[in-house]
Amino acid sequence: MLRFVLRRLALLVPVLVGLSILLFAWVRALPGDPARSLLGERATPEGIARVNESYGFDQPLVQQYITYVTALLHGDFGSSIQTGQPVMDSFGERFPATLELGFVALMIAVVVGVPLGYLAARHQGRVLDTAVVSGSLLGVVTPVFFLAILLKLVFADKLGWLPTALRQDPRVDATHVTYFYVLDGLLTREWDASWDAIIHLVLPALALATIPLAIIVRITRASVAEVMNEDFVRTAEAKGLSRSTISRRHVLRNALLPVVTTIGLQAGLLFSGAVLTETVFAFNGIGQYLFEAIGQRDYPVLQGFIIFIAIVYSLINLTVDLAYGVIDPRVRTQ
Amino acid sequence: MLFRRPSTRFATIGLAVAALVLSGCAQSQRDEGSSDGGGTFVFAGSAEPVTFDPFFASDGETFRPARQIFEGLVGTKPGTADPAPALAKDWQVSDDGLTYTFDLQDGVTFHDGTDFNADAVCFNFDRWYNMPESAQTDDLTYYYGALFRGFATGDRADAAIYDSCTADDELTATIKLKKPFAGFIAALSLPALSMQSPTALKKYQDDSASNPRTTEYSTSHPTGTGPFEFESFERGKQVTLARYDDYWGEPAKVDKAVIVAIEDPKARADALRSGEIDGFDLVGPADVGPLEDEGFTIVNRDAFNVLYLGMNQAVKPLDDIKVRQAIAYALNKEEIISASMAPETQPAIEFIPEIVNGFTSDVPKYDYDPEKAKQLLKEAGADGATIEFNYPTGVSRPYMPQPEDTFNVIRTQLEAVGLNIKPVADQWDPDYLEKIQGTKDHGIHLLGWTGDYNDTDNFLGVFFGAKTNEWGFENDKIFGDLDKARAIPTPEEQEPLYEDINREVMEYLPGVPLGHPVPSLAFDSSVKGFQQSPVQDEPWNTISLEQ
Repeated sequence: MLRFVLRRLALLVPVLVGLSILLFAWVRALPGDPARSLLGERATPEGIARVNESYGFDQPLVQQYITYVTALLHGDFGSSIQTGQPVMDSFGERFPATLELGFVALMIAVVVGVPLGYLAARHQGRVLDTAVVSGSLLGVVTPVFFLAILLKLVFADKLGWLPTALRQDPRVDATHVTYFYVLDGLLTREWDASWDAIIHLVLPALALATIPLAIIVRITRASVAEVMNEDFVRTAEAKGLSRSTISRRHVLRNALLPVVTTIGLQAGLLFSGAVLTETVFAFNGIGQYLFEAIGQRDYPVLQGFIIFIAIVYSLINLTVDLAYGVIDPRVRTQ
Repeated sequence: MLFRRPSTRFATIGLAVAALVLSGCAQSQRDEGSSDGGGTFVFAGSAEPVTFDPFFASDGETFRPARQIFEGLVGTKPGTADPAPALAKDWQVSDDGLTYTFDLQDGVTFHDGTDFNADAVCFNFDRWYNMPESAQTDDLTYYYGALFRGFATGDRADAAIYDSCTADDELTATIKLKKPFAGFIAALSLPALSMQSPTALKKYQDDSASNPRTTEYSTSHPTGTGPFEFESFERGKQVTLARYDDYWGEPAKVDKAVIVAIEDPKARADALRSGEIDGFDLVGPADVGPLEDEGFTIVNRDAFNVLYLGMNQAVKPLDDIKVRQAIAYALNKEEIISASMAPETQPAIEFIPEIVNGFTSDVPKYDYDPEKAKQLLKEAGADGATIEFNYPTGVSRPYMPQPEDTFNVIRTQLEAVGLNIKPVADQWDPDYLEKIQGTKDHGIHLLGWTGDYNDTDNFLGVFFGAKTNEWGFENDKIFGDLDKARAIPTPEEQEPLYEDINREVMEYLPGVPLGHPVPSLAFDSSVKGFQQSPVQDEPWNTISLEQ
């Protein structure tokens, strides 16, 4: 197992080198100029030239790449052109928001999605199944922004139950240690702050969870239905095993393999879903920041964030591969 | 059946618990102070401040907290863009326009206890002038570079107009300039030129740092004389300011002021509705009516901007004055405004708003007349000509709230007089600006400007001071007259010249000024005492939160 992990980690190195070159070329191939974006309507040709010179954008591309990679090897991801803030500091402050949101959304998707998909498969063709299948279809096709508006309308405007913006009420006294606001409240025993962060998570997490939830429901349903028709399930039934034992030991265990793959892929896709959700709910996470950086041609932020996300994505996939090993011992031996 | 019954039961219980918990959890935390003051005022802007040292900034979101923490020698008369005493209670200008003597307010202290006096004034002026070359770029020191034309060192040193500052006594400071600058007093009302504590600057600031906007001073210790002092900045969350109890003017009524950043205008409106914030800036035109109907207070700033349809004379047939006139006559500005701007927006007849020095209603006007437009096009042989129309997407500026809608109305109006319009849409940041300002590859286009301070050159000089890619024309008469007007020492003497220039520009018609859109703010009904300003000189010491 350790060798497997080490081999997978070693594979990350060439991936990252290749990615850094591609990224560097892509970001600079984008039309537009960060200096003009920085100066806006006030830009003059002399002003743009001075800014480009101060950031080294007037240097040859190869020279710029060498400077960038040298700094990267020293752990320096550079600083945002727009705010001057080191890219890694922005990570530290914004990544927890996206992670917190993504984690809760994924939890909702898994905790609700897997049992629903399972139930639908057990009751194939009946009302429950039809309801779940149609509901999940609706979930897949509903755009996040529409759902977000609907959620806001019902739970905030009409019922007044939940807040619609930010990660925490600005009037709540809160100390931040990890920038995971819920966790921070627990660590510092500021229960109000923690609770306030939880209720701020509900609507964005629900909006973000819909698509993965619907997909997980459909995959689980299809997978369970398929496994239930396998010979070994019939054999288990013939042996007289109880229904719960068959479900737990034979059906779920085998049916979950494609579900786990889907969950892993969805975890990665949550980052892209987060861009929209974070904007609509003013949830200051990494998605929104990255979106702004693309518009502003903020090269260091784009490069730093994407490399960072690539590392995280690779690690998630590694975790998924390891999870296969736990669910299906045959994978370990391959 | 085996699964259905328990799951239904659990679902019912779960829903009931969730409803009970949630209904009790998210009631508005709006903090309404008592009638004699107090409380926390929460305001939302559209982005986070870039720094807290306003000298290194040129954007409105950075200036918002700066207006609370800092003050300049000169302020503005409430509700106008006209200069008024602030930290300087009075000033005298020499006849040659080169020497300014400022009498300073007595009894003013910076938030760190340092006295505000003539030495502090000179410290600030000398600091600006002696900026290291690394900080002389437009992203860091745009305003100083543009207004004072250069620094002590660097490639613009010869053009610099600042000469010296002397402390004549404790409360009198004299500033000498090398060349006259009529906009000097008005320019001092810019937050970038606020007075900052010499003690705090010496202790925490390093102007030669690789990024002076992220130094200890600029992120944690900004120190001014304003009604609020800096308490904390949590990036991605909020700026917290606390009332400065020893403020020399009218002390703030609320205990704290918090500024949060919410980029999406709809999300800002929703946050106001759910009580997360007490007020916000840049209300989308479509939200004004509904918010008002729901009982929120809408405050409109006097417009200090202009939206225009630019015409690039480097491409045919826009170099023909008859074609430009035809386009002007083809536009129904009232219709354009009602389709894409706030209802209070005034149609524009020239390139400066009414409150700017040199405005005159005696300029050539082009009232909506489609028949005349058709006639002019025929005379120019441009009937049915194809014209590129550039417009931006994905942007809302105070002077241009809904460019896509503005484009659609104008396109219909131009096609109605026989022009063939070829739409070219570009993402605003940075493709659109790059194409309009950085290349010759554009035709008619939407753009505008929000003034920084009350100086005509800050509008006309920016647009027509020299040949640019945007307009594509060379008109030595206009360029020369603007140069001449700029060099005149007082605004009073400048006025007739600018009136003439406005006439000249509207005769030459490089573009069609469309309107002066009104930027709106929205507040909860508990917020009282907000004083709007066309240049956003809006200190919050007058604000109170009432039941």
